Amino acid sequence: MNEKTLEKLKILADAAKYDVSCASSGASRGNMKGGVGTAAGWGICHSFTADGRCMSLFKIMLTNSCIYDCAYCVNRRSNDVRRTTFTPDELAELTLEFYRRNYIEGLFLSSGVIRNPDYTMEQMLRVVKLLREVHRFNGYIHMKSIPGASRELIAQAGTLVDRMSVNLEIPSEQNLKILAPEKNYESMFAPMRFIQQGMLESAEDRKRLRSAPRFVPAGQSTQLIIGATPDSDHQILSLASKLYKRPTFKRVYYSGYIPVNTSDNRLPVLSTPPLVRENRLYQADWLMRFYGFGANEMVDDAQPNLDLEIDPKMAWALRHPEYFPVDVNTAPHEMILRVPGIGVKSAMLIVASRKYGRLTSAQLKKMGVVMKRAQYFIVCRELPMNTVNELQPEYLRSIFVEKPKRKKDDLLQLKIDWGE
Amino acid sequence: MTVFFYDKTFDGLLSCIFFAYENRVFPDLILEEAVQKPLFTEVSYRVTTEDEKAARVWKALEKKLSLTARKAMFAVWLSELEETEMLLFRYMRKNIDLPQGMEMNFGDDDVLRCGEIARKVARDAQRLIQFIRFQETADGIYFAPVSPQHNTVRMVARHFKARFSDRPWVIYDTRRRFGIYYDLKTVSEIIFSDEEAEKLASGKLDKEKLSENETVLQTLWKEYFRTMAIKERENLRLQRQNMPKRYWKYLTEMQ
Ligand code: SF4
Repeated sequence: MNEKTLEKLKILADAAKYDVSCASSGASRGNMKGGVGTAAGWGICHSFTADGRCMSLFKIMLTNSCIYDCAYCVNRRSNDVRRTTFTPDELAELTLEFYRRNYIEGLFLSSGVIRNPDYTMEQMLRVVKLLREVHRFNGYIHMKSIPGASRELIAQAGTLVDRMSVNLEIPSEQNLKILAPEKNYESMFAPMRFIQQGMLESAEDRKRLRSAPRFVPAGQSTQLIIGATPDSDHQILSLASKLYKRPTFKRVYYSGYIPVNTSDNRLPVLSTPPLVRENRLYQADWLMRFYGFGANEMVDDAQPNLDLEIDPKMAWALRHPEYFPVDVNTAPHEMILRVPGIGVKSAMLIVASRKYGRLTSAQLKKMGVVMKRAQYFIVCRELPMNTVNELQPEYLRSIFVEKPKRKKDDLLQLKIDWGE
Repeated sequence: MTVFFYDKTFDGLLSCIFFAYENRVFPDLILEEAVQKPLFTEVSYRVTTEDEKAARVWKALEKKLSLTARKAMFAVWLSELEETEMLLFRYMRKNIDLPQGMEMNFGDDDVLRCGEIARKVARDAQRLIQFIRFQETADGIYFAPVSPQHNTVRMVARHFKARFSDRPWVIYDTRRRFGIYYDLKTVSEIIFSDEEAEKLASGKLDKEKLSENETVLQTLWKEYFRTMAIKERENLRLQRQNMPKRYWKYLTEMQ
């Protein structure tokens, strides 16, 4: 390891950093004898970059050379940037050294496409094989599947890695055609299907034979770029919700478009990435996965985009005052989850402790309920003063609107207190 | 005010419970033996730690409390917060007095507070797992200096033993001045001489003590870390929120 490694590392890290998915969760594995590493099951962040994002995996590209020319990508063929490639040995060794120092949970490997999709996949597979078979590395590996790669290679990779992802990037087929004419939805959905089939088959095999190999135990994920195309939140969330219906799909990541190729007139001119919108989409995604919300409850044809000024849970509650107030001492769990200011954990605490007696607002507060929000939507032991029905949704909205403050930090991060 | 003095061990605290029920006196304050008697002390007792009595108390608690609740109690103990003794005392007493126990009664202040502290301690241990940085020494031992808020070093032994089972390592608490050492077989506790401990307080090892590769790898990591930040999204406040400054001291990438 020397100057050259450093040079390559800088170029290839720079090329990989726009892929936002970095989670290492979902696979749990103990150590094997003579090997190094475990997978923890909960996503361990080992550091946080200056943009505040979790750093869990060693996110790197094998090469930033590419035969394609996707409009939104820094590595596209027509860009004049320095190109370089790691050898599989270099990359495996670097991963291991970082891992041993507790810098990372594992590797997140992606790559530009060199020669053809299968050749690229083979190179990536070599890195993974070196790690697993030669170095006996037992930590987490997330591998990007190259669009258009063959079923055989995906099947091979699937037994070695924890998670595979295929980035859709563009939320609709017609816009993908404009921005990445060499790609199509079929070339991305096909690998997703292969991964799914592999996972389901492996689950079947393991029912019969416990030692049958596991296939991408942490499932698959994808990334969508937000704001590079006119696609609405309705389209985006409907797509996400369809993906989540697949049994093997774990996460959809949303990435506010950062104008990396400013001179391309197929792309919008943005002074800052649409971070507030991205944040709202993550909130809506969260509500779909943990709070029992459907995409159509948050956006529809009449209201195709999420309200930027108010979080989607509050927005839903204000559109549906008829469900409130909710009596925390008797209401079913799923209704308690719908109350603004009550999170997954406080909902659980409420249901567990109301057996011991009727709860007061002081107790709710201690359980983490954000009373500032919840007070207008609940009944507890005390009678409610003013609920959403007396005060009118419009008035409450004016209280909870989040006006970005002048400071840049605040603008970038609208923090919502979910009452966790 | 009634004060119990004890030896500041967990078994000692359990012995306090035994003592209280045996003699029907309940303390307003429990203090370590070495501490000065506070003003307004009317009665004070010196409670001796007896393993057998402690074990009987623990047995009684095992009947009332789930494993999770017992683990949480121990985590509260490791918090080393000033309120620990009396909080745990009240918590144990309530559970002993109620036929069904009351660990799930989150309407109770002590139950809530125990849960809160237990979570704090668990988070502290979690942060060790996240932010520990090993440096490879010339003799092949991976060394990590730490200074957690609570006494959590022992809590992470299992995690690191499973993860890095093929190399010897040391995790050293520079504030509490002890460490855990894994020798490829078991994890044991170690202390260094005062002079060594003084030097280790900064967390930096002398260059000649490091392996050949170590400096290069640290440089590679720092450079990688710097490159990964997206400048259009810079948000230092969020960074500090997720990775509080007090952990930076031993973070390679923040040097
Ligand atoms: S195929 Fe991937 S690396 Fe190549 S230009 Fe398109 S997005 Fe970029």
